Amino acid sequence: MLVIAILLVTVTMLSLMIGARDVPLRVVWETLIGISADSDAETVLGLRIPRTVLGLLVGAGLGVAGALIQAVTRNPLADPGILGVNAGSAFAVAIAVGVFGITSPPAYLWFAFGGALVTTIVVYLIGSAGRASISPARITLAGVAIGAVLAGITSAMVLADPKGFNAMRAWESGSIADRGWEVVAVAAPYLAVGLVLALLLGRSLNAVALGDDLARALGSSVPSTRILAIVAVTLLCGTATAMAGPIVFVGLMIPHLARWIVGPDQRWIIAYSMLLAPILLVAADVLGRILLRPGEIPVGIVTAFLGAPVLILLVRTQRASAL
Amino acid sequence: MTAPDTRLHADDLTLAYDRRVVSEQLSISIPDQSFTVIVGPNACGKSTLLRALSRLLLPSRGEVVLDGKAISSYRAKEAARIIGLLPQSSISPEGITVVDLVGRGRYPHQGLIRQWTDQDQDAVEAAMLATNIVDLRARQVDELSGGQRQRVWAAMALAQQTPILLLDEPTTFLDIAHQIELLDLFADLHSAGNTLVAVLHDLNHASRYATHLVAMRDGRVIAEGAPREIVTSTLVREVFGLECRVIEDPATGTPMVVPESRAVRTARA
Amino acid sequence: MTVNTRAPRRRRVPDGHLALPVPGGRIPIPRRGLLVGTIASSAIIVVAVTALTLGDYPLTVPEVIAALFSDQGFASRIVGEWRLPRIVAAIVFGAALGASGALFQTLTRNPLGSPDIIGFSTGAYTGAILVITIAGGGFIAVSAGALAGGLATAAVVYVLAWRNGVQGFRLIIVGIAVTALLSSVNTFLLLRAQTEVAMSAAIWGAGSLSLVGWDQIAVTAIPLLLLAVGTMIVIRPLRQLELGDDAAHAHGVRPEPVRLLVMVVGVALIAIVTAASGPIAFIALAAPQIARRLSASAGIPVAGSAIVGAFLLLAADVIGQHVVPGSAPVGIVTVVIGGIYLIALLVNEARRQL
Repeated sequence: MLVIAILLVTVTMLSLMIGARDVPLRVVWETLIGISADSDAETVLGLRIPRTVLGLLVGAGLGVAGALIQAVTRNPLADPGILGVNAGSAFAVAIAVGVFGITSPPAYLWFAFGGALVTTIVVYLIGSAGRASISPARITLAGVAIGAVLAGITSAMVLADPKGFNAMRAWESGSIADRGWEVVAVAAPYLAVGLVLALLLGRSLNAVALGDDLARALGSSVPSTRILAIVAVTLLCGTATAMAGPIVFVGLMIPHLARWIVGPDQRWIIAYSMLLAPILLVAADVLGRILLRPGEIPVGIVTAFLGAPVLILLVRTQRASAL
Repeated sequence: MTAPDTRLHADDLTLAYDRRVVSEQLSISIPDQSFTVIVGPNACGKSTLLRALSRLLLPSRGEVVLDGKAISSYRAKEAARIIGLLPQSSISPEGITVVDLVGRGRYPHQGLIRQWTDQDQDAVEAAMLATNIVDLRARQVDELSGGQRQRVWAAMALAQQTPILLLDEPTTFLDIAHQIELLDLFADLHSAGNTLVAVLHDLNHASRYATHLVAMRDGRVIAEGAPREIVTSTLVREVFGLECRVIEDPATGTPMVVPESRAVRTARA
Repeated sequence: MTVNTRAPRRRRVPDGHLALPVPGGRIPIPRRGLLVGTIASSAIIVVAVTALTLGDYPLTVPEVIAALFSDQGFASRIVGEWRLPRIVAAIVFGAALGASGALFQTLTRNPLGSPDIIGFSTGAYTGAILVITIAGGGFIAVSAGALAGGLATAAVVYVLAWRNGVQGFRLIIVGIAVTALLSSVNTFLLLRAQTEVAMSAAIWGAGSLSLVGWDQIAVTAIPLLLLAVGTMIVIRPLRQLELGDDAAHAHGVRPEPVRLLVMVVGVALIAIVTAASGPIAFIALAAPQIARRLSASAGIPVAGSAIVGAFLLLAADVIGQHVVPGSAPVGIVTVVIGGIYLIALLVNEARRQL
């Protein structure tokens, strides 16, 4: 626990320090507490603080959403990114921005929720098969297929409207740069509600993990758990994507790490995911700033590069059961 | 012991999955035209041995010999015309009909030059007749009950028309009537001159039907021979860790194992 | 109960099949599959002839037929050089995509396990983007890049999914991981490229038959023909593999080499099409399942999938050219087809559970 807290603080500090222009730790500290005289540093930090905060929040949202999806679908390879939830959310936002010309975050946030909700329900329909065991491959493939359809439609819209092309490009890959405070301020409360809901669902999810029949026998209400989980995932993914665009693999990797540290209790997995995921995301963002100086790699691309090998490793070491 | 002139025998096998060694220096000889049954507790290596005999598992050391040659030196289809296997679990393609599935068993006899012939047609019909599924021929395999499906798989193995047939726990998941029905079918096959090697988990069924019984434990053969000779309460204790009485099966005269009940054991203790 | 005294006709092939005599016996052909194939082929011919009449210079059907079979001057040029190659390409490429999808979905035992979802198209796209951004792009160069990209991706996915053999499940998941990776690489490359370059890459990425003429068809014809033969060779062992590795092994099929061969043929089919026309999504996904449902067959019919695929791609191209205002690349139309197909799939699944 202590280690995690230290890592969190370290990563936050690094995020504030590193970039096209590095700011030394001392100056960062002074600026934060308001006694700095370096106005350049202030400007730079003025960009980095919202970026870092955004990274922490988005990370928490995605990590917990991943834990929820993995628990509800009993699929250890689920991730809101792969399952198309984030793609659906981003697509809805792209439509809002590109088609309806909506640029104010409070408005397009609702599009993000709508997109996340629709895609999550679609995944839920395919995934929860009652008595039959849920096929991880089938849900994952469905998500990928949905993502492909959305990507195709997006590219069609893009080709039709080249001016909108550049605006859309911003939503194709997750990035926490240059998003500004407005979106954070609007989305944060919803994110908080989602996180709290997720924590409260922990116990019910422990029961669901045993299988529908057994869960019911233990007195847990499976449908309402699922519905609440969907609501939570919608809030979390919707806000995360509205803030940063579609990011994959964070929701996949972090719950596994959490489970490895803390065991199969969903309550702890969710709590630890909430803390570990921000570390990963901000670290990935920092990495993106370092690797291509003075340019940057958007964080969504870095997580894809980090996550793909992890997914491959996971499927190779787990004894792959039948479809 | 090892009779070197049997068609199928295994010499000094080491069988392993990844790193886990199941059997070492295992030798066994399947008497020609016998109904050999391999029994033993869970994880004793009986299924592993069967898989090795059927070429599914490559031994790390030693070799399985078929008709004097190492089985691994046979071309796949060649071997498939001599040894058939009814695996423990198989997948039926969605929407396949019974007659089509049975027909798939004819593959080893076909090739680019030899497509579907009258022999294939006859083999399929005979197999369906023997397993009593002729009136199910147009049904979809997915819709059948567990017992019916197992008979269809058995028919597919029969359609392969191999002189040696290996059966991996063919009666699991069947109710008792279907278990006996299937075993009787195999007995008929055996009477017709085929060599059968089956892994069974029910010791009494094994004693009834086997002409040659092989008892395994921890990857080793503990005893082999005719059931009447080797099935004793001592053997059952050694192989299964079960206290029992062995009586004569009233229907067939073969040995029948009756487990001791706890009340009796406590009374004796 | 009356006893049927008529002697049963001796069956020559399994029930529900027609016998096609060949040296060495006969080939059983599923009756319903034959019917569906015939109807679908007729539909293709109808659509093709219709498509030949449409365009900036409308022709009537008799004029088209005359122009095809005799030299009618200008009309023959329009039909023969402008319209026919595109139609032939749609049919041939659609068939290749359908067959590829059938092979992969049978191999992975999953109706969603089609090569464009598992990632070979994304790899081809990466190859094309690299060529376009670095070398400026010309048809041959871009095609070569796409081919190399797709094949390399397939090889990587296979190796990574191999662990004492390749299981359908592992193949799918590794494919998805690699797709996600390459997809973000593509996004990244496009982000950093100049707008015009990014645009032309995006256009290529939408998949179009408009640049395919007789030359391009000629180049792809021989490999596709070889692959067609390869497909026919590989179908029978694949059917055995459908029964599970153990049963297949017992029948004399070596599972791993067959799987590898099937994958090679399947990937080559889609790679060649992608190289020639850009990634065309969802034909490989939808055609096999549609074919299977229509012909009520066991497993997925490869020939049927090819015919359905040809029809779908031809129809999509015709729609993209003549129905959509302003004309859309065929890849966009197939995305819409894919979306509708997935929705239908979902509704089906939902209905089954409620």
